[in-house]
Amino acid sequence: MATGPRQVGLPAWLFLPAALGALFVLLPLAAMLTRIRWSHFLALVGSESSVAALLLSLRTSTASTVLCVVLGVPMAMVLARTSFRGQQLLRSLVLLPLVLPPVVGGIALLYTFGRRGLLGHSLDVLGIQVAFSTTAVVMAQTFVALPFLVVSLEGALRSAGQRYEAVAATLGARPTTVFRRVTLPLVLPGLASGAVLSFARSLGEFGATITFAGSLQGVTRTLPLEIYLQRETDPDAAVALSLVLVVVAVVVLGLARGGRGIR
Amino acid sequence: MRHRAGAAAVVLLLCAVAACGSGGSGSSGASSGGSTKLTVYAAASLTPTFTELGRQFEAAHRGVTVAFSFGGSSDLVSQIQQGAPADVFASADTATMDKATSDHLVDGHPVDFASNTLEIAVPPGNPAGITSLKDLTGPGTKVVVCAPEVPCGAAAQKVERSAGVTLRPVSEEQSVTDVLNKVEQGEADAGLVYVTDVKSAGVKVDGVTFPESSSAVNTYSIAALRGSKNPDLARQFVRLVTGRAGRSVLAAAGFAGP
Repeated sequence: MATGPRQVGLPAWLFLPAALGALFVLLPLAAMLTRIRWSHFLALVGSESSVAALLLSLRTSTASTVLCVVLGVPMAMVLARTSFRGQQLLRSLVLLPLVLPPVVGGIALLYTFGRRGLLGHSLDVLGIQVAFSTTAVVMAQTFVALPFLVVSLEGALRSAGQRYEAVAATLGARPTTVFRRVTLPLVLPGLASGAVLSFARSLGEFGATITFAGSLQGVTRTLPLEIYLQRETDPDAAVALSLVLVVVAVVVLGLARGGRGIR
Repeated sequence: MRHRAGAAAVVLLLCAVAACGSGGSGSSGASSGGSTKLTVYAAASLTPTFTELGRQFEAAHRGVTVAFSFGGSSDLVSQIQQGAPADVFASADTATMDKATSDHLVDGHPVDFASNTLEIAVPPGNPAGITSLKDLTGPGTKVVVCAPEVPCGAAAQKVERSAGVTLRPVSEEQSVTDVLNKVEQGEADAGLVYVTDVKSAGVKVDGVTFPESSSAVNTYSIAALRGSKNPDLARQFVRLVTGRAGRSVLAAAGFAGP
């Protein structure tokens, strides 16, 4: 059982836990669907606060995805294409937000950029106040989503290998040209799915946002925060908005799969 | 090697599931092993006082352990509606208790046992110099309140209306503890919280009382629940809270009478 080559086929007993696992994920989603009051759905989803939350979520997630690409691509390049002492450690630390509870991320951000934080005073002097602003939301989202982009892009870079880059370099291309004309096009599908994953993670961000940015309609109250708040008084609205978030997430993951298919 | 580890993981998982299954059936209500568990669902603001009262109850009742689930009142009531194994429910406002009563979840009648009003919490030393509710509307003053959807936010709205003041908060938080945190950390210049929150925060915040707070009084209500497996014990716990011992513990924490 343990020595058979992978292509031979699966042991039959695997299917039961696999099916259980799939059911475990899908059943709650189906249960949610049964609780939606379709007659009120549009009214609940179309309310002023819901629309404001959805638009804010889309806006901030887009901004944080852009930030993730701008910062994450160079990070993945450095991690995949260079080697230096302490690189393993650095990689683990940079990827830490993947396994950290988001609330912890929010507290860490607060103690860095908050009014009394490490950089808070310097920022205050410059007239920049991050707390309670949409910027804080984008920062919280970027903090938790960045590792997703770095991980998937680093994987893509490693599996693409350096052969073409080496050839281009021997033909006289400068590093920037190699990066732009060879490396980036090679890993574009990986970059795309990494970006989509970051977007999805940003969209679902809750803990770091509520801890670091606060919650105010149109400014910092993203869709997950709105859902959590609506649960207090209007469970129907919370379920309806949850469905909206599920649909957006499914679309986003569909896009990610499409990106992987190209590769 | 990898396959074997996978198989081990599956076996472990199945064992865990099986264990949960068999354990779950006996965990609620009275257990057979000599000790009886009383489960109390109580509003988050009651955490210190009820923990103390639970200790007194255990001391007076040999073999009884009191387990608490503290949380937002509306959260708790929806858990009870979904069949959570609670024996006693204490809510931070009567409106939430009404939900339990109208769903026929309450054994007998709920009893009002304490009340709480709002106070302005400011960071130690009051750096923004807040002395009244009006001061919160000053330009550049960062004020944090609860969202109107939760009881402390509803109270804040009531106070604003009766004082004729319109606050422009930088954040409307989910719970009173979130508001308190923002003030403790100095992120906000002021926040509207309950008198008891200022008291329990100790030196981490200062309190500024204001006369308009009397327009919004939150009344706490407690009831034994119909689903309880130990209805007698549940009623005794309610009596402890509403009796002399309960009153003195609650008063020491800053709660007013009902």
